[in-house]
Amino acid sequence: MTHTRRLHLKTIPLILVSIILGPLGNVFLGKAMKGVGSLRSVRILDLAPIASGVLTSGYIWLGIACLLGFFLAHMLLLTWADYSYVQPATSLSYLTIAILSYFILGEAISPLRWLGVSVICLGVFLVGQTSPSGVLERA
Amino acid sequence: MREAVLFFFIVVAGTAGELCVSRAMKSVGEIHDFRPKSILRFILQSSRLPWMWLGLALMSVGFFSLLAILSFREVSFVVPVSALSYAAGAVGAKALLGERIVRNRWIGIAVVCLGVTIVWWSRK
Repeated sequence: MTHTRRLHLKTIPLILVSIILGPLGNVFLGKAMKGVGSLRSVRILDLAPIASGVLTSGYIWLGIACLLGFFLAHMLLLTWADYSYVQPATSLSYLTIAILSYFILGEAISPLRWLGVSVICLGVFLVGQTSPSGVLERA
Repeated sequence: MREAVLFFFIVVAGTAGELCVSRAMKSVGEIHDFRPKSILRFILQSSRLPWMWLGLALMSVGFFSLLAILSFREVSFVVPVSALSYAAGAVGAKALLGERIVRNRWIGIAVVCLGVTIVWWSRK
């Protein structure tokens, strides 16, 4: 097995884990934050009760747990793959985020937004055509 | 205005943090097996690196900005727009980590940015 093939064999499963856990984490964070009210024009004094509201929400911890799993997978990936490959490759998660926001949070997603998300995924596909590590291409 | 500042923190602090973590990870070296003992040693090794802590601090700034913006914006809007960090990430990876970014990767990143722009237009 070539080195590049071996790299892909461990890179792709970890990217899949990232694509699911990352968006799931963000969806749970969104659910937790919508529960405490808008921080758009909040005063510093109001932050304490809001923070306690956030911390006692189960969703925030569920979201953080998912994001920690995502972060671990991401760190492992970065030990062998280029950052500029990993970051775009895991961005297939933008499709996952739209799907999960629609089904779990009931967000209305306009056709324009679906188009934008799809274009992001097309960009991801193009990036996925390049080698995981620039070092390998140079060798 | 507050929204723009928060997006700035998510994109710039978040990306800078990831670049620091990536730099720390590269000095730990490639992982060859996934046994718990190896993973534990990997975590211990990386926790001794200043780049790791700087990265985590910057990523925390990005994270709290994300929480703040999620309190008044949709997840399906905030997360795609924060993909602006793709351009920031590519520029930073080239400048700070010395990664060579091939032309096709730049094209992909440009398409991702176009998608982000379209999502921004979908703002209500």
